[in-house]
Parts: sequence; C-alpha cells; structure tokens
Amino acid sequence: MKNISPISGPHTHTSNSINMIMLKVMFALLPATIFGIYLFGWPALILFTITILSAILSEIFCLYLAGKPIKLFLFDGSAILTGWLLAMTLPPWSPWWIGVVGSVFAIVVGKHVFGGIGQNIFNPAMLARVVLLISFPLEMTTWINPYPLNSLITPDFFESLKIIFLSETPVDFVSGASILGNIRTELGLGHELVNIISANSDHSNLVTGFIKGSMGETSGLLILAGGLLLIAQRIISWHIPAAMIGTVAILAFAFNLVNPEQYSGPWIQVFSGGVILGAFFIATDLVTSPNSPLGKIIFGSGCGLLVYIIRTWGGFPEGVAFAVILMNAMTPMIDYYIRPIIYGYKTKNVPLVYDENRISASINTDKE
Amino acid sequence: MKLFRFKGGVHPEANKIATGCKSITPFPIPDRLYLSVQQHIGAPAKTEVEIGQHVLKGELLAASQGMISAPIHAPTSGVVVDITEHTAPHPSGLPVRMIVIEPDGKDTWTKLDKIEQPFSLTPEEIAARVGEAGIVGLGGATFPSAVKLNLGKDNKIYTLIINGGECEPYLTCDDQLMRHRAEGIVDGIRLMLHGLQAPRALIAIEDNKPTAIKAMQKACEDIESIDVVVIPNLYPMGSEKQMIHLLTGMDIPAGKRSTDIGVLVHNVGTAYAVHRAIRYGEPLVSRIVTIGGKAIREPQNIDVPLGTLVSDLIEFCGGYKEKAERVLMGGPMMGQALPTTDVPIVKGSSGIIALTAKEIEQQQMMPCIRCGSCVNVCPCGLLPLEMANRARKGDIEGAQEFGLMDCISCGSCSYVCPSHIPLVQYFNYSKGIVASQQKEKTHQNEIRLLAQQRTERIEREKIAKAEAAAKRKAAREAKKAQKARELTS
Repeated sequence: MKNISPISGPHTHTSNSINMIMLKVMFALLPATIFGIYLFGWPALILFTITILSAILSEIFCLYLAGKPIKLFLFDGSAILTGWLLAMTLPPWSPWWIGVVGSVFAIVVGKHVFGGIGQNIFNPAMLARVVLLISFPLEMTTWINPYPLNSLITPDFFESLKIIFLSETPVDFVSGASILGNIRTELGLGHELVNIISANSDHSNLVTGFIKGSMGETSGLLILAGGLLLIAQRIISWHIPAAMIGTVAILAFAFNLVNPEQYSGPWIQVFSGGVILGAFFIATDLVTSPNSPLGKIIFGSGCGLLVYIIRTWGGFPEGVAFAVILMNAMTPMIDYYIRPIIYGYKTKNVPLVYDENRISASINTDKE
Repeated sequence: MKLFRFKGGVHPEANKIATGCKSITPFPIPDRLYLSVQQHIGAPAKTEVEIGQHVLKGELLAASQGMISAPIHAPTSGVVVDITEHTAPHPSGLPVRMIVIEPDGKDTWTKLDKIEQPFSLTPEEIAARVGEAGIVGLGGATFPSAVKLNLGKDNKIYTLIINGGECEPYLTCDDQLMRHRAEGIVDGIRLMLHGLQAPRALIAIEDNKPTAIKAMQKACEDIESIDVVVIPNLYPMGSEKQMIHLLTGMDIPAGKRSTDIGVLVHNVGTAYAVHRAIRYGEPLVSRIVTIGGKAIREPQNIDVPLGTLVSDLIEFCGGYKEKAERVLMGGPMMGQALPTTDVPIVKGSSGIIALTAKEIEQQQMMPCIRCGSCVNVCPCGLLPLEMANRARKGDIEGAQEFGLMDCISCGSCSYVCPSHIPLVQYFNYSKGIVASQQKEKTHQNEIRLLAQQRTERIEREKIAKAEAAAKRKAAREAKKAQKARELTS
C-alpha cells in the first residue's frame, strides 16, 4: 500500500496501530489461555502452538502469493490472533491435523480469498471452526475431562506428543460429552432436566471453569476479565457482549420459567460453551461486526438469539460459531440501514427544526 | 450552567506549555511586508495604491469589493515598492497578488477616527465600521465579521458566543490574548452585543486555561450580560457547530446558519479587534501568532504585523533546533502545511508550527480493519470509514450519501485511525470535486439561461419585426387606398 503524504491535516497522530490493537487483544486473552493450558495440560499447549504456527505459515504463503510485503503484514498480528482464537475453541486434545486444517482454512479461505486483512466478511476463526465441526464431528465433540498440570494423573510431555500426533490417548484419560451435549442427549432419551443437571457433578464449577470444554472457553470469569479489559481499553464497546449475553440469558430465563423440565436456566446457558468467549472476543471482531452502536446491539442480539435457537432446537448442542457466521453475513446490511444520526439532522435526510420557544429558551440566565 | 456534551471528539496532546507561560512579545518592524489581497473568504480586495506611493500605518491598501470581502490596510508606514504575484500561505504554493511595502521605520499612524461614545452608534454603523476596519474571523475561518454582524438583522440573536476554546494543540495565542487583554476583549464583546442588539454573551474557555479564565471573569465581573463558561478540554471544542451544541443543546439544522437558531459565534481575537476598531478607529493590521513546535528554538507568542514573512518570524525565534519536517500555518489538527516559509502572515494565521518527524508520527498506511474508532470520535455522527471507502474509489456520490458534506474536516478520524489512513485527505479531495461539480452546474445553468433568453429575444424580435412589417403594410395599404380615394374624388 502506497504511503501518501497528505497536505490535509491532521499533522499529528496517536501511536495507535493495528498491531497495538492485536497485541492488546492477545494480552486480554492470556488469562483464559493460561488457565486452559493449565487445565488440560501439555496436549493443549502442543495443539495451541501447532494451530498458531499453521496460521503464521499460511499467512506468509498467502502474502507471498499476493505479492504483499510479508514483514509488514505478518507483524500486524492478525494471523496470530486468528490462530489463537481458533485454538481456544478447539477440543483441547484434538489431533494435530485438526489445528492445521483449521488454521489453513481460516487464513487461506476465511481471510485471503476475500482480499486479506480488513476485507473478510466472516470471522476466519469461526468459519474454520464451523468447517471442522461439519467435516470432523467426532474429533470436534470429543471433550476430555480436565487433567490440570499439577494433578496426579496428567500426561507428561511425551505422552502428550503421542496424544496429539498419534491420537494414542491412554485409557486412564476419560472423555465424554460437554454439559450442553449431555443435556441434549439425555433430554432426547426422555430424562428429566433436573436429574440430568444434578448428575453433572461439575455444575458448580461452571463459573470457575473446571469443566470439560474447549481449551479457552471454560473459564467464564477469566474471559470476562479479559473482555472487560478490552472495553476499558476502548478496543471493543460494551454493546455486542451485553446484547449477546443478555439475549441468551433472557431467553433461557423465560423458557426455563415456562417449562423448567425442558429448558435449562440462564446460568448454564451463559456459562457453558462459548457464549462468553464469543461475546467478548469473537462476535466483537472489528472487521466483521457493525460500526454503529445500534447496529452493534442488533448484531449482538441476533447472535444471542441464534445461539439459543441452535442450542435448543437445532441439530448441534452448541451454536456460537454458526450464530456469529450467520450474523457476520448480516453486517453489511445492518451497516447500510443502521447509521448514526448526523449532526443537524432529526432523522436521516430530515434536518432538525426548532420552534421559536426553544430558540429563545437558549437564554440560560441562571448563573452558577 | 448546564452543558450539553456532544458525541465524539479526541484528546490530542496539548503541547501548550512551551508558549503558554510566556507573555506576548512585540515584533520589530521587518524589512518588507507582503500584503495579500486575499486574506479572507470571499472576493479578493481591489488594490487602491500605486507602486512608489508612500502610505501611513492604517491607510487603505486594497478595498473590499462585493458582498463578501474585506479591505486591507498598511500595517506600518512606508513605501509601496511592488505589487506582484507572491506565493500564498497555502499548501498549493500558488501565487496570489500581494502589495509589497518597504517600511520607513517610523511606524506613523494615519489619522484615526476615534469615537468617544461608541454606544451611541446605531447597529448598522457598528457593522459598517467593523467592515471598514477589515476585521475577519480571527480563529482561522477568516469570514468577514461585518457580514456576520449583519446577519442579526434577519434573525433575532439571543446568544453571542465568544470562542475562547482554542482546542488546537500548540496554539496559545487566544489564551495569551485573554490573559493580557481581557478588558479590551470584554469591551469588544459589549460593542458586538450592541451591534447585534443581543441580550447576552457567553465567553467559552476550555478548562486547561485557568489564568485566562480568571482574567476574563474579572474583566466581566460587573457586566450582567456577559458570562464566562468553563468548558471541558476536548477537540474539536472550538468548532462552531460543536460549541453551539455544548452551550445551547441545539444543533445548527442541516443547511442552515447558526443565526437561524439565534446564535452567533465570534472568536476572542475578533472581539479584541472590534474593540480597537470601534474605540480607536484602528483597522486590523496585526495579530498575535503562536510560533511553536518542537523544531523551534524559542517558541513564543508574537504580536506580528500582517504581511511579515514566516521565515522572518522563525529567525526571530532563534531558528530551528531540530529538522522541521513540516511547517504549518494553524494548529496540527486542521492547519495547513506550508510549501515554503517565504510566505506572509495573513489575518487568519493563528500559529506557525514547525513539527519534527517524531511529532508528526507518520506511519505506514494499512488497510482499514473497520475498527470503528473513526465512528466513535466523529463529532458529526458520520461513518468516516464508509465515506473513505467510497471516496477512495472515486464514488463521490456514494460518499455524499454517507454525509460527506456534513463533515467539518476536524481530523479526529485520521488522528485516531490505527491503519493511518488519511481520511480527511480523501474527504477534502472529494469536497473539492463536489464544489467544482456544483460550479460547473451553475455555469451550465447560466449558459442555458442565456441561450434561452437569446432564443426568446430573437423570437420577440421576430414577432416585433413581423408586427412592424404588418403595421407598415397596413399603413401602405391605407395610403394606397387614400391615394385611390383621392384619385377617384
């Protein structure tokens, strides 16, 4: 991209830049990431590394093909972040090729086919996750029990390499369905929701995150902390997370109130699966979400609505990735129709009008 | 007083300390002065002097012509040595007609028309005197002040806002003026209130100028109709639209003027110039200019005669201590990059800012990542990224559909853009195209009108001719008939 030396102002600039934004997002992801690696041990770390490395290599390859300056674009950090986010949403002990296929798909198809950074319509990481889920449903729904690094039974480094590269998981390590998956299957079998939930001993650990799940999605609290940091840093605004989580919570509450036998409550719906990670880090993806505050609220609510619909009545126990992708497709339309009101206008194309009373009332005689 | 916050805005680093604590330095009369005939918005002034003519300080050099224009006066006594084309203080570097004066060093004033009882003047007389003194908006807009004062005739003005915001970084000329010449400013405000027949004035000063606030408060202590309002430090607070919103809660309706909602905004510098013009009959021949930027050795505020070359001012401030990457006229947010320092100070020059490369912090431009920072900071409620996307590919109409013409070019969007996209550059370029398209349209309309008038005229003439011919024919026939009658009789 050519550098224009502008004759128009401003002749000064903040030190803000794309890589600063990406670095801040990664920093905000750190707590949940470290927790995920701690919770699921060496295999999680290995998969995480593979996924990010594949993203970087795919990025270099695509930049090379497109003839773009590799160093400049690689160091904007966006490819690393894509790989990072994808890794956060994968089952932590997935085989290596899940990470590789996912990253390659995210970067090549999700990002560069559309024209590179800033041009993609869909969130690359979520696009990859959807493709993986549809193509490899078994690998993508095999949830390992947490085996924290400091616990008695946790795979050592070499065992971990075997787990990731050869899919040789020792029998001591138990995997199963996620909470949402479990609820879904059991409900299908005609069991009562109360019994299903109480059978899930890890319900109390929902918030802290000591549960089965994707590597970076389990600890609602740590993700929340990172998300709030992003809001404080003004990288994202509160609109999308609040609208998305709020919608899921309200729907879960309402349906749970009507029929507690069939519909789980807001606590489970919000803190299990990827709602919190999705709300703060994925739906808020700058490139693929709307720009106006109202547009963001519509977008966030849409994500929440779709998550709930897919989880409750759809074919999959989890729906965050599908919901975000579907709403990404709506973003250009939302941005076209929902625009902030321009200074001096009442609504679009209708200028403000003040009556004489309002104009003369601008004399504000009270002195303070 | 209740303030109505406007949305958006940015907090650029103020950089006002270097010049803010020093008082105003007088400037020695330079060797040559270059008076541009175009120092204001509107028609250029018409030269009224000849080469070789001796002029006194305050004498008319060029007269106002047309509805919107302003006269130019001699900033000191001396000889008109040349009337020539010289580089204008504008990024284009295009030449403009300038009257060159070689000062005689005596600085003798011409006879001034002092007024003892200015409040006995009629509003029309006040506006006329302001016009004759060549006063224009000194905040940088350079719109002839007399025209603005006359706007009060069509609409009742309820509030006169005196803009002491000075939200541009580096600039402290208004701050200094308020600190040291508060009485004069307040007198100017009273005269303007009288001229507008307006009931009250608000002096709005950003909260980062405590000394100026105190000075102004003291100066208008006993005056019922004038109040100082302390406003938050936020760029672009000094923009007319945003300041009116902050103080009255009203926006200027799209396509209207501030006077349509009973508000008029003038800069503090303008108020002071009005005071000098009405009380002492002095035309506008000098102004306070901030010389700043980290490249300048001794940054300061100087009372500069108009027409002084920028190079002379920089030399007066000890020259550069670092390489000046860009020299600006005005502040770094909306100021204009000068093509050379061989250009004169004009009425709208609030500052000369010499920036180092580090201060400019120009970086590699990257693609837009739609982060929406520009949307968040836009004080006009626009979507700068959408406008820029369209403007960049030449879709000017698309950009207009997204509110291009409502953009005030404040630069907040470019300032925060993490991809370093020169958004304002695109917008100004597009606005230029729209302006020339409109000009072309008016031009074509005029041609069409003229052509139409011509056809009508020809048609009229044809009819008139035919009528005349018919009349002549009738007359001939009548004559013939008469002759025949005469013959037969």
